[in-house]
Amino acid sequence: MAEHRRPLSPHLQVYRPQITSILSILHRLTGIALAAASLLLAYWLTAAAYGADAFAAAQAFLASWFGRLILFGLTFALFYHLCNGVRHLAWDAGWGYELPTLRLTGWIVVAVSLAATLLTWIAAYAVAGAM
Amino acid sequence: MEMRSDLARVRGLGSAKEGTATWWAQRLTAIALVPLTLWFVVSAIALVGADLGDFREWLGVHGNALLMVLFVLALFHHAQLGVGEVIEDYVHGHGAKVASLVAVKFAAALFAASSVLAVLAVAYRG
Repeated sequence: MAEHRRPLSPHLQVYRPQITSILSILHRLTGIALAAASLLLAYWLTAAAYGADAFAAAQAFLASWFGRLILFGLTFALFYHLCNGVRHLAWDAGWGYELPTLRLTGWIVVAVSLAATLLTWIAAYAVAGAM
Repeated sequence: MEMRSDLARVRGLGSAKEGTATWWAQRLTAIALVPLTLWFVVSAIALVGADLGDFREWLGVHGNALLMVLFVLALFHHAQLGVGEVIEDYVHGHGAKVASLVAVKFAAALFAASSVLAVLAVAYRG
């Protein structure tokens, strides 16, 4: 059967962004980002197996301003995906579907993710400073 | 007698009867990744500025090598399942969908194997 390009009813153009929909797509986006990050992890580990020079190069890249920028973004992606993932697991167990609960847990996920990201980087700079 | 029309049965429509294993694999890897990821973050902080000697010493501790291997395996399996879901949602041509799903699974296997071998090499090679 031929594909007819019929108009679709508008969705993104009409629905107001909400905590539910935004957090949902953010879970998917952070998941994709983290999947890409797994390649970075594989590179870092494999570089260590290749020897001191390769590992030093990998560490230097991660320590560069560009590397740190990527790592900072990935840190937030990691904590967000982890916290929202726990929220998902609660849903799988049947808990938390009431609208007020959804909004509350949603905001908790955002707040904890931001806080954990900041704490991680403060700790990382503290370790770097103490070296 | 099946509650499916002959046409539906021939076209393979309806339940594949095998989906829950995938669903469980995603949840189990997710649950495993909660403590493993927190461990990884703490370890990464501890390894800031490390050279290969420091890393080798750290990975030489059996518990660290073990947790790193578990983390890598859970991570790549979970990632491959998740990316697969995204592909199923957005890639529509049947050939392209199968090809990209296979590619993702093979890539995950490749990088997981490389990572595990690297951990073993760094931890146990002289």
